[in-house]
Amino acid sequence: MSIFEYNGSALIAMVGKNCFAIASDRRLGVQLQTIATDFQRIYKVHDRLFLGLSGLATDAQTLYQRLVFRHKLYQLREERDMKPETFASLVSAILYEKRFGPYFCQPVIAGLGDEDKPFICTMDSIGAKELAKDFVVAGTASESLYGACESMFRPDMEPEDLFETISQALLSSVDRDCLSGWGGHVYVVTPTEVKERILKGRMD
Amino acid sequence: MTKQQANWSPYDNNGGSCVAIAGADYCVIAADTRMSSGYNILTREYSKICKLADKAVMASSGFQADVNALQKHLAARHLTYQHQHNKQMSCPAMAQLLSNTLYYKRFFPYYAFNVLGGLDSEGKGCVFTYDAVGSYERVGYSSQGSGSTLIMPFLDNQLKSPSPLLFPALDAVTPLSESEAVDLVKTVFASATERDIYTGDKLEIVVLNAGGIHREYMELRKD
Amino acid sequence: MSQVAVEVPPKGGFSFDLCRRNGMLSKKGVPPPSYRKTGTTIVGLIFQDGVILGADTRATEGPIVCDKNCEKIHYMAPNIYCCGAGTAADTEAVTDMVSSQLQLHRYHTGRESRVVTALTLLKSHLFKYQGHVQAALVLGGVDANGPHLHTIYPHGSTDTLPFATMGSGSLAAMSVFESKYCEGLTKEEGIKLVCEAICSGIFNDLGSGSNVDVCVITKGQKEYLRNHQLPNPRTYVSSKGFSFPKKTEILLTRITPLKEMVEVIEGRDTMEE
Repeated sequence: MSIFEYNGSALIAMVGKNCFAIASDRRLGVQLQTIATDFQRIYKVHDRLFLGLSGLATDAQTLYQRLVFRHKLYQLREERDMKPETFASLVSAILYEKRFGPYFCQPVIAGLGDEDKPFICTMDSIGAKELAKDFVVAGTASESLYGACESMFRPDMEPEDLFETISQALLSSVDRDCLSGWGGHVYVVTPTEVKERILKGRMD
Repeated sequence: MTKQQANWSPYDNNGGSCVAIAGADYCVIAADTRMSSGYNILTREYSKICKLADKAVMASSGFQADVNALQKHLAARHLTYQHQHNKQMSCPAMAQLLSNTLYYKRFFPYYAFNVLGGLDSEGKGCVFTYDAVGSYERVGYSSQGSGSTLIMPFLDNQLKSPSPLLFPALDAVTPLSESEAVDLVKTVFASATERDIYTGDKLEIVVLNAGGIHREYMELRKD
Repeated sequence: MSQVAVEVPPKGGFSFDLCRRNGMLSKKGVPPPSYRKTGTTIVGLIFQDGVILGADTRATEGPIVCDKNCEKIHYMAPNIYCCGAGTAADTEAVTDMVSSQLQLHRYHTGRESRVVTALTLLKSHLFKYQGHVQAALVLGGVDANGPHLHTIYPHGSTDTLPFATMGSGSLAAMSVFESKYCEGLTKEEGIKLVCEAICSGIFNDLGSGSNVDVCVITKGQKEYLRNHQLPNPRTYVSSKGFSFPKKTEILLTRITPLKEMVEVIEGRDTMEE
């Protein structure tokens, strides 16, 4: 079993019309045993920028702390929040630094940039950036998520539509993955508000 | 000279995806026609769908040499059955035969992932899904092969079948009309082709209903 | 404890902190992770007034396509571009690093970068890491000495060629070049040949796919033709669309309004004392 599958995870981000959504499952497991059913995999970097970390949970938390630290340094020095593009480059640089001894996690970055332009991005564990215009996925359920998103995604969705699509994609995918599931956590971010929702899913 | 080690493997994976959907009075069986090995495409026009009996059609991905041997074996068994009983095998009977044939080679399996679709004695659509060693189940819809992990969640989402543990058992057939089912199959294959490198080239759709067998083709991405 | 407790932003170079842990894991039988690859067809050729580079746009992770439209022709200098195949992170990082070194070098000398400079920087970096930085490159550019085309292998060896291919689709592309390349091609003929070579990779190699990117570099100018050809559109979009049979069930909703961006207008009143 790959070390990426130790804790299990499913992450997904989608772009809508002037908005984006990022969603994750809520399971934390140790191989096939479930440890927690309310695990947070998505972190808020600042009001308009979210970071999801799939893979080995211990590495995800360490990496998150390092990223928060670097982001705070940036805020102190620059007196502003980081742009999503800049943050993605930072994550990529931090991951590539450990090219020969990587963190076992795959990040998903989603944020609103200048003029409320949505930005989503994912990377592999050594920081190869993938900038997509539609959706990005990561985690043990990634194959299922690719299939579901590819069939369900439509461009330029309104926030409520986007929420329904991302939730359906997430829930139907994690039901076909043993290592993720137990409900979902969805953030829909528009220029004016952040809507955070917890989804009911199969508890098995 | 260093000692040479024999690492010959009797199996290959030729990729490809198969889907079958059962409806109230029809059954749709579909598969792409790409056959590949490693990063190479061996042929773009290889039918993975085989008609076993008048009302039983099998789609198989995996190792096509094994699939071919399996198809020949089943054809021979079906011929014997016809001589003995003077009728075509029913789809549930063919399903059991396929399971037995696969389990017979439990320790040197046919590397074949099959879905069997057809019409049962009442004319209702039926789909049977298998693993390589003969474990099988009657379901309302199924997918097998390299793109199955991409296809299955969307089929679940659209066709969610009732739990097989319910009592009294509920019908697993899908509520869709025939044309809707064909449309769904086209959608899932177009999606799977976008993301799975082993699925592509052409989609072959076989529809079984009271009127007989009907074949349809659709182009898929060729890269 | 001479080590500083807080991690300061790094000074550059790789960090090997986790190597021992990860090594321990792989000794215990945990397989090492797979990385995103650009299972790629990349090509380049020299035509009568310069160099043409070409690439497909598929990135894969095992049998799954993770990026359908990625960029594999990387900027090195205004007159030099570089196609990358291999591990995506490595090709990206190595070309970024060298392009920044070239920029600094240009600031220092005030002259146009030369292709051999880029070549030497790339090969010495790759040789230093003994093939562990998995980048296979096709480097092309036009400088004071005319057009140049090189291939660089992951271990640091290089070739200087009139036409070159790399990546998993290199054989398919090379078969086109070997049968149709000749000296003194015009720009249109060159682009056509490059597209044909890339397309043969796209259609015959499963690791390559999607669209064709082309970059034409001539003396004093360049033309980056992103998605020059799009031979693989999605083949079917349901005319009816679809609906979700079952609505999502929500357990909890929390709405956080975002602060309005306050714009400080620096008018006369505030500025004047």
